[in-house]
Amino acid sequence: MAKKVLIADDEQNIVISIEFLLRREGFEVVVASDGEAALVKAREEKPDLVLLDVMMPKMNGFDVCQALRADPELAGMRVLMLTAKGRETEVSKGLGLGADAYMTKPFSTKELVAQVRALLGA
Amino acid sequence: MLNSPAIIAVALAYLLVLFAVAYWGDKRADQGRSIIASPTIYALSMGVYCTTWTFYGSVGRAAVSGIGFLPIYLGPTLVMALGWFLLLKMIRTAKANRITSIADFISSRYGKSHLLGGLVTVIAVVGIVPYIALQLKAVSGSVSLLFHYPEIIMPGRSATLPVLADMSFYIALILAAFTIVFGTRHLDATERHEGMVAAIALESVVKLLAFLAVGLFVTYGIYDGLGDIFRRVAADENLHRLTAAIPSGQGYTGWFSLTLLAGMAVLFLPRQFQIAVVENVNEAHLKRAAWLFPLYLLLINLFVLPIALGGLLHFSGQPVDADTFVLTLPMAERQEAMALLVFIGGLSAATGMVIVETIALSTMVCNDLAMPLLLRHKRLALEASKDLSSLLLGIRRGAILLILLLGYLYFRLAGEAYALVAIGLISFSAVAQFAPALIGGMYWRSGTRQGALAGLSGGFLVWAYTLLLPSFAKSGWLSADFLTGGLFGIELLRPQQLFGLTGLDEISHCLFWSFVANVGAYVGVSLLRPPSAAEASQATLFVDALKHARPVGAALWRGSAEVSDLLALAGRFLGPQRAEAAFAAYARGRGGGGAPDARPFKALEADAELVQFAESLLAGAIGSASARAMVASVAKEEPLSLSEVMNILDEASQLRSYSRELERKSAELTAATRELKEANERLQELDRVKDDIMSSVTHELRTPLTSIRAFAELLHDDPRMRLADRERFLGVIVSEAERLTRLINQTLDLAKIESGKADWNGAELDLKEVVEQSVAATSQLFNEKGARIELDLPDGLPPIRADRDRLIQVMLNLLSNAVKFLAPGKGCVRVSLRRRDGGLEVAVADNGPGIRREDQETIFEKFRQVGDTMTEKPAGTGLGLPISRRIVEHFGGRLWVESDWAKGAGVGATFRFVLPLAQ
Repeated sequence: MAKKVLIADDEQNIVISIEFLLRREGFEVVVASDGEAALVKAREEKPDLVLLDVMMPKMNGFDVCQALRADPELAGMRVLMLTAKGRETEVSKGLGLGADAYMTKPFSTKELVAQVRALLGA
Repeated sequence: MLNSPAIIAVALAYLLVLFAVAYWGDKRADQGRSIIASPTIYALSMGVYCTTWTFYGSVGRAAVSGIGFLPIYLGPTLVMALGWFLLLKMIRTAKANRITSIADFISSRYGKSHLLGGLVTVIAVVGIVPYIALQLKAVSGSVSLLFHYPEIIMPGRSATLPVLADMSFYIALILAAFTIVFGTRHLDATERHEGMVAAIALESVVKLLAFLAVGLFVTYGIYDGLGDIFRRVAADENLHRLTAAIPSGQGYTGWFSLTLLAGMAVLFLPRQFQIAVVENVNEAHLKRAAWLFPLYLLLINLFVLPIALGGLLHFSGQPVDADTFVLTLPMAERQEAMALLVFIGGLSAATGMVIVETIALSTMVCNDLAMPLLLRHKRLALEASKDLSSLLLGIRRGAILLILLLGYLYFRLAGEAYALVAIGLISFSAVAQFAPALIGGMYWRSGTRQGALAGLSGGFLVWAYTLLLPSFAKSGWLSADFLTGGLFGIELLRPQQLFGLTGLDEISHCLFWSFVANVGAYVGVSLLRPPSAAEASQATLFVDALKHARPVGAALWRGSAEVSDLLALAGRFLGPQRAEAAFAAYARGRGGGGAPDARPFKALEADAELVQFAESLLAGAIGSASARAMVASVAKEEPLSLSEVMNILDEASQLRSYSRELERKSAELTAATRELKEANERLQELDRVKDDIMSSVTHELRTPLTSIRAFAELLHDDPRMRLADRERFLGVIVSEAERLTRLINQTLDLAKIESGKADWNGAELDLKEVVEQSVAATSQLFNEKGARIELDLPDGLPPIRADRDRLIQVMLNLLSNAVKFLAPGKGCVRVSLRRRDGGLEVAVADNGPGIRREDQETIFEKFRQVGDTMTEKPAGTGLGLPISRRIVEHFGGRLWVESDWAKGAGVGATFRFVLPLAQ
């Protein structure tokens, strides 16, 4: 059974490219374009992995990550944070809030796929 | 009635009254309610000038030389009437420098010299001893006469009696004891004795009343008025000569020298200095004294000649000493009460003189003789013992006793050979030696310590040689050979015909030669060298005494001291409580604050003024020279050269300007430091802002790059991708690349504007034309969105001044923003132009969703885009509005947005900017 991945990003083109990439690699994909929508989708769809952008309208990636980790029903869900701000403080903040991994934009599609597979054990 | 016990009882009762008055006066003074703060009391107390010399002696003198007694009173009258300014200057100077005696005055003037103070003291003591003897002689004589009442027996030669059987000896002891109790009960910093002054004023009244009473009694009781006496005298061949204007044997020279001598005596006798200068409470009192004191002298002399002539007539052929007429006339007439009154008057004349004179002398002996010696030889012992005030009192009491005993000794040795007046004149001649150094010191800046020492020594030696030694010789105590043959048999050195000077009486002779020596040495030696720094600074204080409202001494001190040291030092000489009270009073005077028990003086700064204060406080107890030495031992004074003294005086004003300059520079430094601090804070703030901007910029750059890279890799990995996907992905790559380019351009543009490096081409523009051109450039965007554009652009508006390309950039930004948020097909943008606030306003109004109130300012910040749909996002860079606002502001206008969000979404937004008209 295919693993389900939620892509949460407000940049339409980035969502399109990652969705195309992951479908091609055989994952089931759902998308959200802001933080609140991402939280709703995560609870509805219970994806195995969330690709979470930090800079999103309404609710930023850090807050979404914190909310996900606080929800016992979502235990075991993997979180991969994506951000265009590659500063050390943000990396450690994300990891401190419970993200499993962190990738800086722009990323290599191969590395993204490898990271996603590694997190999902597939 | 007039027996010995009664006489003694009356005398003691009188002394008791005096003591009571003095005690009362001191009590009132301690309570701050002075009873002597009156010009009349001051003038009366100056009557201490009239001693038994006046009371008994004047009559004796008049019996020999007629009105020859008068110069002794003419001198003081002239000085008070014409020379009062001398006294005023002495008072002012003494107060300013806390001078406590004439020795202090002279030593202080010449740089606070111990040697000079000591010399003056020695001269004064030696010179005054005959004067004391005179009082003893007169008092013991009067007592002796009264004891033999009703017989009139002239007092025998005391020299033949054993000391212990000599009444004069006991009188000296009683006077010493009385003076000690009277004047040295405690130490006072100012050396003022209010009670004593009150008692002296009372004594002046007593002796005047007694003398006037006996004068009236003789003139109108024994004789039938003045006319009667003079008729009888005119008829007597022997007495007739006494009524001549200038009696034979005295001449004009004698008159002149006696007048001069008396004039100097009234200023420089230690007791006169004490009363007129030290005890003066208010220099304004001098005004009344200037006429009241001469009037007193006139009154007390009114009946001298009648009594003398009456006595000569009455006791014609009898062995009655004219010096006793005042007493013997009432006795001869069996007027017991009158005789007793005369005795009391004479006693008051004697006690007044002895008290004031010995107190003044004891102060000098203590301060100017004993203290310097103790300081020199027993400094260690002095520093070891805590409270020295009892030692000081002991020295003074000892000095009083010693002076009276010396007086007694002189009386035994030389008293019998001279009449009262002759003895007094020896003393007058001695104190006259102070005149050159003292008057010179008050008016001549070049006088030096050595000059004063030389002058005083010279004058004193000549006085001793020409007057004192002969007085011993004439009493038979010394061989009289040197009188007739001269010292070492050299005739030129005959003491009373020195260098062959004959034809003068002995007083004039002494005065002439002693002044030649004194003035000559004083001026000559003073001119040998210029004054030292200490002498020059003291000369300024004395010579310019009337020019300064306050003493200027404080400026002439340099060094450092501890308040506690100064307090402890003062406490040792004054007693700790008096010292603390004085310091506290000083602190209060300086605004040192608070409750009196809060010890405010602890907060005092040990500055030059405080050191000066402590020194003058001590000067009252131990004399100015010793005070200086003691203060110098705790205050580490640095030597001050003459040029430095002058510089201190000259540079006071310069110093003030230096200090202002320093204050100004210090203020500048503070301001510069503050500016630097602010600049640093701004820099840190800017650094933080730059960091934020860099972070934002990289974020904005990474975002399109992420899409571009992802799609490029997808295309690259899959050459057989469907054509539709391939075209879609390539389109994204192109638009994201365009977005990236735009972003880079705008970032650089904004950086240029913000750093002030942008090129601005200011020119007069027709704003309508600019708007039309911009609308034309964006018409394609409107068409694509199916939106309408309405224009309201009136003609004939004045030009504005701006950069055309930049204004077009602003308009394009506003128009493209408006289009971006329009609903497809239903959008409408209205562009209008009108006058507003002395400028022109352009409004771009859309009918889009509008902008929330909280976002209305945010949108003008960098990289803050508003809008939540993914479709709206990629078109903007988040820099258009910030750039537009900066452009408008650059040309003196403003740009803002209006959106009535309260009415709900879809109200639209209106962007407006105003630009000022061209001048």
